[in-house]
Amino acid sequence: MASLDRVARSFLLTEIVSGFLLTLKYMFKPKVTVNYPYEKGPLGPRFRGEHALRRYPNGEERCIACKLCEAICPAQAITIEAEPRDDGSRRTTRYDIDMTKCIYCGFCQEACPVDAIVEGPNFEFSTETREELMYNKDKLLANGDRWEGEIAGNLHADAAYR
Amino acid sequence: MPTIKIDGNEMEVPAGITILQACEMAGIEVPRFCYHDRLSIAGNCRMCLVEVKPGPPKPQASCALPVADKQEIFTTTPMVQKARNGVMEFLLINHPLDCPICDQGGECDLQDQAMAYGFDRSRYHENKRAVPDKELGPLVKTSMNRCIHCTRCIRFATEVAGVEQLGATGRGESMEVTTYVESTLQSELSGNLVDLCPVGALTAKPYAFEARSWEMRKTESVDVFDALGANIRVDTRGGQVMRVLPRLNDDVNEEWISDKSRHAVDGLRHQRLDRPYVRVKGKLVPATWDDAFAAIAARLKPLDGKKVAAIVGDQCDAESMVALKDLMAGLGSPNVDCRQDGAKLEAGLRGSYIFNAGVKGIDQADAILLVGTNPRWESPVLNARIRKRYLSGRCAIASVGPAVDLTYPVERLGAGAATLKELADGKHSFAEKFKAAKNPLVIVGMGALSREDGAAVLALARSLATVRDDWNGFAVLHTAASRVGGLDLGLVPGEGGRDVAGILAGAASKEIEVVYLLAADEIDMSKLGKAFVIYQGHHGDAGANRADVILPGAAYTEKPGTYVNTEGRVQQGQRAAYPPGDAREDWAILRALSERLGKALPYDTLDQVRARLVAVNKSFAALDQQAPGAWGAFGTAGAAADAPFVSPIANFYMTDPISRASKTMAECMASRQQLMAAE
Repeated sequence: MASLDRVARSFLLTEIVSGFLLTLKYMFKPKVTVNYPYEKGPLGPRFRGEHALRRYPNGEERCIACKLCEAICPAQAITIEAEPRDDGSRRTTRYDIDMTKCIYCGFCQEACPVDAIVEGPNFEFSTETREELMYNKDKLLANGDRWEGEIAGNLHADAAYR
Repeated sequence: MPTIKIDGNEMEVPAGITILQACEMAGIEVPRFCYHDRLSIAGNCRMCLVEVKPGPPKPQASCALPVADKQEIFTTTPMVQKARNGVMEFLLINHPLDCPICDQGGECDLQDQAMAYGFDRSRYHENKRAVPDKELGPLVKTSMNRCIHCTRCIRFATEVAGVEQLGATGRGESMEVTTYVESTLQSELSGNLVDLCPVGALTAKPYAFEARSWEMRKTESVDVFDALGANIRVDTRGGQVMRVLPRLNDDVNEEWISDKSRHAVDGLRHQRLDRPYVRVKGKLVPATWDDAFAAIAARLKPLDGKKVAAIVGDQCDAESMVALKDLMAGLGSPNVDCRQDGAKLEAGLRGSYIFNAGVKGIDQADAILLVGTNPRWESPVLNARIRKRYLSGRCAIASVGPAVDLTYPVERLGAGAATLKELADGKHSFAEKFKAAKNPLVIVGMGALSREDGAAVLALARSLATVRDDWNGFAVLHTAASRVGGLDLGLVPGEGGRDVAGILAGAASKEIEVVYLLAADEIDMSKLGKAFVIYQGHHGDAGANRADVILPGAAYTEKPGTYVNTEGRVQQGQRAAYPPGDAREDWAILRALSERLGKALPYDTLDQVRARLVAVNKSFAALDQQAPGAWGAFGTAGAAADAPFVSPIANFYMTDPISRASKTMAECMASRQQLMAAE
């Protein structure tokens, strides 16, 4: 009986018909793809994208060169050098992230006591050369300035869960 | 011996120790801030609380409570835990939350102990205390908000360093550690305050914000800035020496090092010789190793060995010295000298040139006579040891030589050899006291020996020394780290050879045509006349300035080296970093040069060089051991000049190429001069 059933199915093409039916059904449903790069999907506030160094609203850089991010970085992608600034405060003279080493684990932003280094929402920073992925302090601060609105919003949205 | 029970385990402990020490013997760690092995007991941090039975039903400070028979001590009961948690919470009330910007972060006692005893949030909502920072000079940075009033710094300054400049004003929350009158700390040991501070209130100024403790590689080494050979730990990051810390060695430096040892290392970054140079038409031009060796070979090969001379510097390792000795022997030159300052010490009889009693012997001495020395500048840590001996009482200390403040009272008997003669003849009033002493110690400095009549002074000092089977009270305090090693290896003029003065005179009269300076910078370069000078060293200092060929060598942090300290203790340091550029290890340079000169030295590896050291002098076989040297007749009896003894160190902060290149040392000197001008 079972073999008769199988033969009947294959001669009547029921599987193909049901497949086409499914396709037909999806033609009338709203589509799930987006027209990237003109459209983009939603990102959670915890999304870990490109790094940025933030500033305080008065323009002072947040980073105090505590080197906790450098210490915790499992890929050892961060290099920091520090010395006293003219006003005696502790500041970095060098803050480099090798983005080719980075594994985007987010430990650096977890370790940061002043929310200076953050992984922002930007994921579109591919480059044509490796060298461009060696970020220095200027680049990271510029990122911070560019993305501050989004980053601050994300931190605020996530704050309730910390 | 009392029998006590700690956490249920019965044990016997020596009478008179404290409960904290007993717990330590039992292997139980008791948290503490104010207690320190080498300082007096203050008992004011209250972190070391334990429960003791029999006794009042409250926790007891274990650091200040002596053990008694049949005591029961508990270190883990809920009462103890609660008490310690409470103390920690109180300490943290006023301690700022600035660990991320604090240099102590990562090696902070408070941070570590807060992990064990701290509460995870604060219940204190008022404002924290604010304390103005104090100015303690160019080495110690203060951040007094962080102070937890353990008073270790006060006790160190008063007891060990012997400068009563630190103290506390106010009580309770308004207590402040301060320098009463604002002034730089006038101590050569002030850097140790930073090590002692259990929090970040006192941190090193030159090292401020430069590195974190966890990112540095730690290498054990030996200090070369004075002849004590203090045990140090060199911390490097990325091939650069970031700081130097003391290592524990009760027989040598306990756990202190001088400010020069600690802070002169920034001189290793400046003025370095990183490639060979050859003088062409009066100007030094960069060259390759090949060119430099060719220039030397062209000059040396046709020359008679007697016209060649070598002078050894003050910071050389034994490996390079033995290589130089063998090279000079190969060239047929007897003109070798390791006594740059012209000290009248002879090689051979070891007892005549080492600190026979050992640094530990100072603790047993009951009368100390300082001859022509200012130990405070020549070896600050040794001076602290003498001060420690003075504090433990019943020790007469007298001095013949410069009138200086040694941080302890010294009976100044006279200035020069005449007084010493009186003492030797037993005519002086102190002579009787000295004779009556059980373990009298004569410490002879280079100020007395590096004079024309040094041999006569040496003989006088010898006649004063008491030598028995169990005590040798003759001690030479050197100023150069390489000196004892050099004398052990016999780097003194051979038969018909010239000493330093003879070499300089020979160079002037053209009897010496080539002078090899192995990192020797302290001689008068103008006296070298027209001689062809080869300088092998690590800094562009006086020697390199005068040189015709410069061979770049390695500083003490950049080579594995053997050093013999003033007490004859052989110690080895490891390499912490690599020499800059083309510079190489010194013995290897000499080995390579010897091959170019056709007198190849018979060793190719460090192990072989060290085997050669042992072959030359057996004392190199025993590392980190000290014993009195062979005793016999030395010095020449004769009339000693009446001129007063003068310490060879006129400026503590600048005695060698490294400290002269150091910015920190320059700042220290400026601040000291300012202070003196103000007085």
